[in-house]
Amino acid sequence: MSVGPAAEPAAPTTWQRFRQHRMALVGTVVLGLLLTVVLLGPLIWSVPIDTIDFRARLALPSAAHPLGTDDLGQDLLARLLYGGRVSLAVGLCAMLVAVVIGTLIGAIAGMSRGPLDAFLMWVTDLFLALPTLPLLLLIIYLFRDALTGLVGPEVGVFVLIIAVVGGLRWMPVARLVRAQFLTIREREFVEAARALGASRLRQVVQHILPNALGPVIVVGTISVAEAIIAESTLSFLGLGFPPDTPTWGRILFDAKDFLSIAPHWALFPGLAIFLTVLSINFIGDGLRDALDPRKVR
Amino acid sequence: MASFLLRRILIALLSIIGASIVLYAVLALAPGDVFGELVSNPGIPPDVIANMREKLGLDQPIHIRYVNWAMAMLQGDWGYSLVNRVDVGQLIVQRIPATLMVVGTAQILALAIALPVGVLAAMRPYSLFDQIASTLAFIGFSLPTFFTGLLFILLFSITLDWLPFIYRSDLEQTGGAWIWAQLRQSIMPVTVLALFQAASWTRYVRSSVLEVIKLDYVVTARSKGLPERVVILKHVLRNALIPVVTMVALELPVIFGGAIVTEQIFRVPGIGSLLISSIMANDTPVIMAVTFVFACLVILFNLIADLLYRWLDPRIKLQ
Repeated sequence: MSVGPAAEPAAPTTWQRFRQHRMALVGTVVLGLLLTVVLLGPLIWSVPIDTIDFRARLALPSAAHPLGTDDLGQDLLARLLYGGRVSLAVGLCAMLVAVVIGTLIGAIAGMSRGPLDAFLMWVTDLFLALPTLPLLLLIIYLFRDALTGLVGPEVGVFVLIIAVVGGLRWMPVARLVRAQFLTIREREFVEAARALGASRLRQVVQHILPNALGPVIVVGTISVAEAIIAESTLSFLGLGFPPDTPTWGRILFDAKDFLSIAPHWALFPGLAIFLTVLSINFIGDGLRDALDPRKVR
Repeated sequence: MASFLLRRILIALLSIIGASIVLYAVLALAPGDVFGELVSNPGIPPDVIANMREKLGLDQPIHIRYVNWAMAMLQGDWGYSLVNRVDVGQLIVQRIPATLMVVGTAQILALAIALPVGVLAAMRPYSLFDQIASTLAFIGFSLPTFFTGLLFILLFSITLDWLPFIYRSDLEQTGGAWIWAQLRQSIMPVTVLALFQAASWTRYVRSSVLEVIKLDYVVTARSKGLPERVVILKHVLRNALIPVVTMVALELPVIFGGAIVTEQIFRVPGIGSLLISSIMANDTPVIMAVTFVFACLVILFNLIADLLYRWLDPRIKLQ
C-alpha cells in the first residue's frame, strides 16, 4: 500500500495498521475471491449466457445449473459471472471518473484563493444538494437513445452510466482535496520547493498531490461500492442496461416478478451485490484506519 | 436570528434557481426534438410545425427560453401530462403526501433506532454490544434498498403471509380498520428505508458521541456527581448531535433516491413511482417537474437542517 514518494517511511505502518482491521482483511479476501471468480469463472464455466431452454425453465439449483435458471431457462451462474464483470467494471470506471473530476476541481479550488475558489465550492455545494437518483434517471432518459444510436446499446449505456454516476459523485472528493490542499500548500516542504523555484504545476504534482491522496483513496474505495449500487439501482428500475446485458441489478429486475415461484433467481444476484458492496465498505473502513494517523483505535 | 433566517432562505432560493438551471440545461442539451413525432408525421406540413414552434417560443435563444419556463413554473403552470391528461401540478399534489408520509415515518423510525444504539455503542466502545452494532450497521448500509425490499416481500408476504406487498391508496375499510390496513401496508416500505438510514446514522451518532464523551466538561459533569443518564442526555447528546444534523442533511439526496426504489417495489403511489412510470411513458413534462420537486424537497430539508443546526449550536455564526 504505497501512497507516493513522500509517504515512504509510513508505508509499512500503513499496511500494519490495515492488517489490524480484521473485517477489512476478510473484505479483501472476499473481494479478491469474487474478482477471481468473475474474471476466471467464465473460462471454467463456459455455458453461454443466452441459451434458451424451456424444459429447464425456472429450475432450482442443480448439477446442470448450479444456481438454477431464469424464466427462459438461461443458466444463472453464467449470467451472474458475466454481469459481475459489467457491474465491477462500472464501479471501477465510475470511481475513476469521480476521482479525476473531484481531484481536478478540488486542486484548482485549493490552489486559487478568491473568487474562483468560492465559485467552485458553490458549484460543489449545489451539486451536493441535487437529488442524485432522479437526475440520473432524467439524464439517462434524455440521452440514452442518442448514445445508443451512436455506439450501440451496450457500449452506449456503459459510457453513459459511467459518465453520469461518476459525474454526480465527484463532490466529496473535490471537498476533501481542497481541504487537503489548503493545509499542505502552507507546509514547509512545499514552501521550500517554492523557494527553490518549482513551478506551480510541479508543486502540485510532485509535492502536494501525493500527500493529499490518503483520504482520496478512502473515499475512492467507498465510491466504487456506491457506483455499483447506483448502477444496480438503475438496472433494477429497468432503466440501466438492456435486457440482453445481465448485470446484477438487471437480473434482479427480471427476477422480481417471479419471487414466489423462483426466489433463487433474485437471491443470488442480490447476494452478489451485497457481498461485493460489504467487502468494499470494510476495505474502505480499514483504509481509513490505516491512512488516517489521527485515528487511534 | 431574523437576518440569519433571511440569509438562509436567500441561499435556499439561490440553490433552487441553480438546480433549475442545471435541470433546464440537461433538458436543452438533450438530443431529440419535442416535436419529434410531429415532424416525422407526413400528414402535418412543415410550416404548421414552424408556426407551433414560434407560438411556443422554441425558436428563441436558450436563456430566453429558460426565463420563460421559469416564469411559467413560478406562476404554477407546470405543464400538462400527456399520458395522464391532467395538469402536472395537480398530479404532483396528489402524489406528494404518500412520499412524505413514507419518507417522514422512515426517518423518525431510523432516528429512533440510530440514536439509542449509537449512544449505547459509544458509551462502551469495543464492547460486545458495540461490535455487534457496528457490524450490523455495516451490513445495513451495504444492503441496497431494492434487495432488502425483495427480501422483505419474500419473507413477510410470500413465506409468512403476514403483510400485503402492494400499497394501496384506495383502501375500502373505514375507521379503525382503515388505520390497521394502512399500518400493515406501510410497515414494509417504511422499514426498508428506515433500516438503511438507521445503519449509516448509527455510525455517525457513535463516532460523534465518542468524540464528545472524552471532553473535559463531560468529566466535570460526572465528577459533580450527576447521574450518567443526565450526563449523556443533557451534556453529551446536545453537542454530539450537531455534526449528526449536518450528516443527515448531506444524505438527503440519498434518502429521496431510496424512496424512489421503495415506492417502485411496493407500488406506493408517491412522486417516486410517478417519476418511473412517466419515464417509461416518455412523459417529459412530468419527468422535469418531478425531478425539480425532488430538488426543491432536498433544498427545503437542507434549510430545515441548517436552522436546526443553528438552534442546537448557538456558537455558529454565519459570516
